[in-house]
Amino acid sequence: MTPESSSEPLVQLTNVSFAYDSRPVLAGINMTIPRGKVVAIMGISGGGKTTTLRLIGGQLKATSGQVKVAGQDVAGLDSDELYRLRRRMGMLFQFGALFTDMSVYDNVAFQMREHTDLPDDMIHDLVMMKLEAVGLRGVARLMPSELSGGMARRVALARAVALDPMLMMYDEPFAGLDPISLSIIGELIRSLNDALGASSIVVTHDIQESLKIVDYIYFVSGGQIVAEGTADDIRNSSAPYVHQFVWGEADGPVAFHYPSLPYGEEIQAVADHA
Amino acid sequence: MLERTAAGLRWLGKGVNDRVWRLGFASRFLLMTLLYSGTALRRFFLTIREIYFTGALSLVIILVSGLFVGMVLGLQGYDTLQRYGSSEALGVLVSLSLVRELGPVVAALLFASRAGSAITAEIGLMKATEQLSAMEMMAVNPIARVVAPRFWAGVISMPLLAALFSAMGVIGGYIVGVKLIGVDEGAFWSQMQASVDFREDIMNGVIKSFVFGVIVSWIAVFEGYDAEPTAEGVSGATTRTVVTSSLAILAADFILTAFMFRGA
Repeated sequence: MTPESSSEPLVQLTNVSFAYDSRPVLAGINMTIPRGKVVAIMGISGGGKTTTLRLIGGQLKATSGQVKVAGQDVAGLDSDELYRLRRRMGMLFQFGALFTDMSVYDNVAFQMREHTDLPDDMIHDLVMMKLEAVGLRGVARLMPSELSGGMARRVALARAVALDPMLMMYDEPFAGLDPISLSIIGELIRSLNDALGASSIVVTHDIQESLKIVDYIYFVSGGQIVAEGTADDIRNSSAPYVHQFVWGEADGPVAFHYPSLPYGEEIQAVADHA
Repeated sequence: MLERTAAGLRWLGKGVNDRVWRLGFASRFLLMTLLYSGTALRRFFLTIREIYFTGALSLVIILVSGLFVGMVLGLQGYDTLQRYGSSEALGVLVSLSLVRELGPVVAALLFASRAGSAITAEIGLMKATEQLSAMEMMAVNPIARVVAPRFWAGVISMPLLAALFSAMGVIGGYIVGVKLIGVDEGAFWSQMQASVDFREDIMNGVIKSFVFGVIVSWIAVFEGYDAEPTAEGVSGATTRTVVTSSLAILAADFILTAFMFRGA
């Protein structure tokens, strides 16, 4: 294991490729997540963003290349070492992934009970502190099914930061939220990152919200990084892909039409059979 | 012709290959479940909670079914026995049928339908809603925390449910045979007491229900964990749990009965 140094980036992906069976998803990407920063990975659905998160979290192993988190090569860790590393990570899933058979309180207390021997009254104080941070101390006794989508996402966020992680990962945190909830989640991502002194990776395709809160952005398309830069770089970029993405144009480098036979040929083929 | 035969053989080979591979995967999964059972046994309240959901909540269907099966046995048994003038042996017939065969088998079939399907659906939905992934990312092994307690709850509940099924069946046989038809009460109980052997009959029944408990719980947790994380996937896995468990229970029952058979 390489000793951890505070000067090196928290997460480093070097020439990482990944394929599901024979279907390539990532083709030699390089990415750096510096300590204390909020970095967004953007791109269209199916472009390999979530796969990148799963590689960093060790749920998938790269076909080639290296994923290093806090100085450790994730693919080289055995399951005990990987679990030790994950205790220092938090992840917010797309729809929260709250445990539906537990109350909000028990969801947030879950990791504390599993990984620490803290007495119940201390766990109570910590849970309330985490719920207060996301503004939902009042729902502690409710079940996840009684929460709105935005509230469930905030509870899941409180659960993810329960053990003060060094790295937070967000998988589509803005998907399906109303504008108010979306703004709240955006602000929480930034403020929790700064309060915890953590680093954050936000996988999203919500460009407007992300540009407000992130320090750096990677655009992933077709398994490769097609553009990167700060929020200002991205706003002023003239790269066709970034332009299409930022301005939400229906056609461009990401084509409107799925690859198919020319329209005329398709019509003619049916006419010939008739 | 040759081409069609080759295609048929390829299809057959692929089918066999897939099933053998899946059986191997399921066996490895069982081994992992046993290896990671420390949490389920050390923090036994996790298992007790699941015993409530799988065992206690199955009590109604088990007790009511047991009563009716016993009552039917009483009617059918009396009808046959009285032809040979031995209707007092009704207690023996009812109790032996139940403790050796019907108790473990019917209780296991009911358990697979009631609790096995629920376990598969619950684990499958936890997978589909990323709850298992979330647990993994929180450095908690889902096999230890979710699968093992449900597996052991099934294994512990099954023999108890089968015993209760048999007990209710005997009561059903008693109600029909003694109270309604009028078989001699003393003969009913004393012949039962004299003929039912603790080791050969009751213990063999307990062994059967324990084996069925392992089979049903294993299939239920595996199908849930292996389910495609979609609505169709979870629905297919739930159906497979009931069908595979039922066939496996009946096949295992034949094998166990053959081993326990004493002959003349």
